[in-house]
Amino acid sequence: MFSQKVAQQSLRRLAVQQPTLMQSAMMRASPAAIAIGNTQKRLATSSPNTEDPNQILAKQRLNRPVSPHLGIYRPQVGWIMSSLHRISGISLSGPLYLWATAYLASPLFGWHLESASMVAAFGALPVAAKILIKTILALPFTYHSMNGIRHLTWDLGIGFTNPTIIKTGWTVVGLSVTSALALAFM
Amino acid sequence: MASLRSTSRLFAASRPLFRPASFARSYATVEGTKNVEPSPSEKPNFKTFKVYRWNPDTPAEKPTMQSYQLDLNKTGPMMLDALIRIKNELDPTLTFRRSCREGICGSCAMNIDGVNTLACLCRIPTDGAKESRIYPLPHTYVVKDLVPDLTLFYKQYKSIKPYLQRDTPTEDGLEFRQSPEDRRKLDGLYECILCACCSTSCPSYWWNSEEYLGPAILLQSYRWLADSRDERTAERKTALDNSMSVYRCHTILNCTRTCPKGLNPGKAIAEIKKMLASN
Repeated sequence: MFSQKVAQQSLRRLAVQQPTLMQSAMMRASPAAIAIGNTQKRLATSSPNTEDPNQILAKQRLNRPVSPHLGIYRPQVGWIMSSLHRISGISLSGPLYLWATAYLASPLFGWHLESASMVAAFGALPVAAKILIKTILALPFTYHSMNGIRHLTWDLGIGFTNPTIIKTGWTVVGLSVTSALALAFM
Repeated sequence: MASLRSTSRLFAASRPLFRPASFARSYATVEGTKNVEPSPSEKPNFKTFKVYRWNPDTPAEKPTMQSYQLDLNKTGPMMLDALIRIKNELDPTLTFRRSCREGICGSCAMNIDGVNTLACLCRIPTDGAKESRIYPLPHTYVVKDLVPDLTLFYKQYKSIKPYLQRDTPTEDGLEFRQSPEDRRKLDGLYECILCACCSTSCPSYWWNSEEYLGPAILLQSYRWLADSRDERTAERKTALDNSMSVYRCHTILNCTRTCPKGLNPGKAIAEIKKMLASN
């Protein structure tokens, strides 16, 4: 019983590793194998003109272009706002880190970044520049916080229908712009 | 009997007339366009179609946009009709996939006028002055013209084991049944035809398709997570619980916006995130 199993197994291994050897062995061993189709040989179908289709495919894959994406996709509130969310986040955290490290390094270089001197410097600017700087700082803040609330509702699984996405999107745009302007003119 | 049959046939033939037009068009992806009946007496209404072309036999040549002009009065109402007409009458070398022409096979998924949709469900905007631009699905490897290589997409689908996994048989040895409430949880999930419109509209999937599963596959993941008959929910969740598979979703929601079947992959992903968070 056991030896039979071992023999069977080794035959199977042989069949997997050297199919041609196995085929000839089968031919000699049992003519019945012909009848059940075990010895059927595949004829080579390639003519001098045609290559192996797999090789053609492999060669094609090396050359395939990537279809156009960001440049051709229609501008929609959804994905434009998503990219603005990331950009506003970076433009909020970036200056914070820059200013904090500058503040740390300021005694070394003799810079004056204390609140008092900053306030004095800002106060000396013309009104238009003041409003411009305040808007540039306020807009990412209002936009990122309000869109953040939108993201939090999505995390709760709320507000996923198409009309809601568009409506809340434009609401956030309107609210963040007006509140940023309000902050700038304060 | 014969008369009965003929009347019933008459009735069946006339039935679409009674169907409200809004219902018949509920899947059309271009809104605000009127159905223009072809009338030969009218003067021709030409429209330009710009189609992405790339031929693998001449790989050195860069992809180009080729223009075709069609008379809309002689063309069917859908983008697929236009493409088929271009192939039949103008340029037999144009290559695209299509099969059912009724939005159930998902073969003709492509980017039309900047939005991913099925060409067979997308009405041709009847404004002849504006040209229509047709691209293959975005950020996919192009096999030829409008045919994208979806090998990776199908591999990813296979990786989530999209079939019922269950060891315990039912008490009576019959089929695995579920309550109407449990069945209702699968509505909006099982209808997905895997056309890849949503996945290839997702910027996260564009940049991370090697590891991020993408909205279509995640919708299917959720379809099996939500199935009351499946017994491998825990394993399915562990397979997804890593930084890439699900969490590359940043709720951009292009998927929900673009789905030609009106499904909501974004919502399904949110439900997966909730399931993973409640562990």
